[in-house]
Amino acid sequence: MHPAPSIIAFTTFSGLGLGLLFWLGVDPTPPTGWIGFAFFAIAFALAVGGLAASTFHLGRPERAAKAFTQWRTSWLSREAWAATATLLVMGLHGFLLVFFGKAILPLGWLGAILALTTVYTTSMIYAQLRTVPRWHHWSTSLLFLALALAGGALLSGRITVALILILAAGGVQSWWWRTGDTRLAASGSDMASATGLGNIGKVTAFEPPHTGSNYLLREMVHVVGRKHAAKLRLAALGLMMVVPIVLLLLPFGHFLALLAVVSHVAGVLVARWLFFAEAEHVVGLYYGKR
Amino acid sequence: MTQLPETTDRKLGLVIDLDTCVGCHACVVSCKGWNTENYGAPLSDQDPYGADPSGTFLNRVHSYEVQPEAGPAQLIHFPKSCLHCEDAPCVTVCPTGASYKRTEDGIVLVNETDCIGCGLCAWACPYGARELDQAEGVMKKCTLCVDRIYNENLPEEDRVPACVRTCPSGARHFGDLGDPDSEVSQLVAERGGKDLMPEQGTKPVNKYLPPRPKDAWVGETDVLAPFLEPVAEEPRGFLGWLDKTLEKL
Repeated sequence: MHPAPSIIAFTTFSGLGLGLLFWLGVDPTPPTGWIGFAFFAIAFALAVGGLAASTFHLGRPERAAKAFTQWRTSWLSREAWAATATLLVMGLHGFLLVFFGKAILPLGWLGAILALTTVYTTSMIYAQLRTVPRWHHWSTSLLFLALALAGGALLSGRITVALILILAAGGVQSWWWRTGDTRLAASGSDMASATGLGNIGKVTAFEPPHTGSNYLLREMVHVVGRKHAAKLRLAALGLMMVVPIVLLLLPFGHFLALLAVVSHVAGVLVARWLFFAEAEHVVGLYYGKR
Repeated sequence: MTQLPETTDRKLGLVIDLDTCVGCHACVVSCKGWNTENYGAPLSDQDPYGADPSGTFLNRVHSYEVQPEAGPAQLIHFPKSCLHCEDAPCVTVCPTGASYKRTEDGIVLVNETDCIGCGLCAWACPYGARELDQAEGVMKKCTLCVDRIYNENLPEEDRVPACVRTCPSGARHFGDLGDPDSEVSQLVAERGGKDLMPEQGTKPVNKYLPPRPKDAWVGETDVLAPFLEPVAEEPRGFLGWLDKTLEKL
């Protein structure tokens, strides 16, 4: 799949922002006043910024509001609802905390549940697609939730929780990569099933429909970035897991914490780039590519 | 509405005969022509006369080489357009309701005024049947020429999809695949029509007729063949001497 920067930014930053909102929601003594303002501002900037980035890849962004209508079947529509509900509830929670110093904990819990629901709906946009076997698995949702929770814990300054969750998220990520490598072969889709010609003999693509490229190849048959996948996986794990853990184990300082956050986010961005670049869409089989 | 209908009154679709398709791409051209001038936004081209031309097509013809275990390879031309699936994954993923499947005839359509161009339906389609038009920013797909098949302003013989009307080798057939007595259904039953990627669970309406078995490569000889057999198996005379001499060296 084409690793569009707008979608990489959307899933990464909205995931982080929603993760931070989760931890702010479940906090029994949530920050108030200026400190509260800083935390909620960061969370909203990430979540809203990420969601806004997602509209950049639309062909007709002026009609984006229509995406609220089909929640009965569409995960994208459900995500629009969940994100709006999260931002409204956590916006109210944050408003009361920042300006009145008043903590209504059940409101925070509701916001926390909604934040995780939003991350889940985002993950299901990808996990629902049978056409991309690497994504079509429950572990894709687990991966998105683990990364959001780990990044959120790190951003909210929960050192111990962040250490455990970053380690866990790194583990989930490695496992997801390893199992994902086998999923296209296990899906049963190949050139024989795509063309229905397998019972005659071995099928190879002789001539594509056009000599030039097309939307399908540009959007769904991205093969360039896979060359360095192994190195990029290591780089992603190092940045998202190893470096932040080392920095968090050093004596605490705000600068080190900031470095840990930057490193983690950079690692997640690399991993999210691979999430798209490595994903094989079955339509590539019609072109003799994967 | 992106909920799929439980059943449709008819299942209009195409039956494509891979045995007779000659790969002339006439269906590609007629499809592009009709659908650029009629229903919805035109099918745009980008850089059409430049170094890197590309454009929106609702029907594309691939060509495959199939190598049997014995005998020569076969070249099979393979036209591909929307299969108007019964369980169309492109419809259910649509967030705006722009994509829908019609209850009366099963045609999958896009309401272009509702489409936000998110591209998720193209991702959900295993067949590459949907293409986002780069000029209009909306999703384009085969309409089964819905503006021809019911069009009473056209002569009756023209009330079939443009690709079917234009095919010079009779490789494309249009009809109701939900009616077991229809010509297309009988053709599918007779020739063993196939679904593409059945493991994707889309239940496509369009069917592909596999190529008929080719003449066997071995064991069949012409009545005149005995007269054409090589007269001399072993070289004689000067060539025979040369052969033997060279063998000894």
